[in-house]
Amino acid sequence: MITTEKRTMLTIITESVIENLLLADLDRLGARGYTVTDARGRGSRGVRDANWDEAANIRIEVICTRELAETLLVHLQQHYYANYAMVSCLHDVEVLRAGKF
Amino acid sequence: MLDVVVLFFLLGLLAGLARSELKLPPALYDSLSLVLLLAIGLKGGEGLARQALLPLLPQLAAVIVLGVALTFIAFVALRRRFALPDAASMAAHYGSVSVATFAVGVNWLNVRGIDFEPQLPIFLAVMEVPPIIVGIVLARGLRSGIDWRKLGHEAFFGKGVVLLLGGMAIGWLAGPAGLEPIKPLFYDLFKGALAIFLLEMGLIVARQTTVLRHQGAFLITFGIAMPLFSSLLGGACGVLLGLSAGGIMLLATLAASASYIAVPATMRLALPAANPALSLAAVLGVTFPFNILAGIPLYYWLAERFAGVSP
Repeated sequence: MITTEKRTMLTIITESVIENLLLADLDRLGARGYTVTDARGRGSRGVRDANWDEAANIRIEVICTRELAETLLVHLQQHYYANYAMVSCLHDVEVLRAGKF
Repeated sequence: MLDVVVLFFLLGLLAGLARSELKLPPALYDSLSLVLLLAIGLKGGEGLARQALLPLLPQLAAVIVLGVALTFIAFVALRRRFALPDAASMAAHYGSVSVATFAVGVNWLNVRGIDFEPQLPIFLAVMEVPPIIVGIVLARGLRSGIDWRKLGHEAFFGKGVVLLLGGMAIGWLAGPAGLEPIKPLFYDLFKGALAIFLLEMGLIVARQTTVLRHQGAFLITFGIAMPLFSSLLGGACGVLLGLSAGGIMLLATLAASASYIAVPATMRLALPAANPALSLAAVLGVTFPFNILAGIPLYYWLAERFAGVSP
């Protein structure tokens, strides 16, 4: 039996054009790490097929404490939701080495 | 008869409209634009090595003023129809320039054996950014917490500018003999690279049709009227600078072209409230195809009249 600890994963799917802006925000607000992947899909703003830069999406994942995840989510809602194609959600995850997150 | 590279554009356009599954890897599009930018830069640098650079400075100032003036004119025209951020953002697109359109113009002249001045690629590099700044100031005012340092960094170290000016510096330093070993890639394959690049452009343009269906009439009118007007101003500027017919035509083409790479990305960050789909539909859906299909031959016809050279 391994011992894991509960953490929260924040997933953000958004336009790749704001990647640097978002990562700077995450750093500033205290995220200790994140993973960025290229993404494509369809939503209320149409098909984002990543065929060229202006239509490219990214997915950012941050594993952190529930408290920080909520802070980040509120920040996203206040600063980006109005003008950018963005979807974000929280999920519970279990991690080893809880000190990393 | 259309240039063969333009036929590739039409193929991409048709394939896109027919919803073909044809798709180019995004990395190829990036690689081709890199080759095209470097090739244009190298060629310009090679030509500049044969002349003094200092007399060019007033010319650079003149083309910057040209780009800024075009941005203001576009803004006034667009403000009648659109909200402030949309009008300012689209005006910046039209004040700035398109490398792809320029490359098709260069190719058009090359095919016909018409010369043009080697400084034209520098004009391309310096005309890209000032309209972006004007667009942002028009929308947000002078004192609006714009990060000027970041913007300046973008202006001098954006991908396009680095490749163009870097290519020019290499061409200038190496000279014709030094460039000989890399000519097969950058000069001989230029047309092939441009052809595949335009195939992808056709596919991209085909995707703009949905927005055009909604905002169509105004965007189509503006997307054709603006470049026609800009080309006159650009051509006149070319005459003032004492360019040859080929140079006047390329400056008219630069003035008529609208950016779809550097400006949309910067505007998305600086003016988030502006709808990027509007500008892209006008620039890609109307102005870019208009320029490469009809504009460029027309601008040369104009340039010949302007230069007083009758065929």
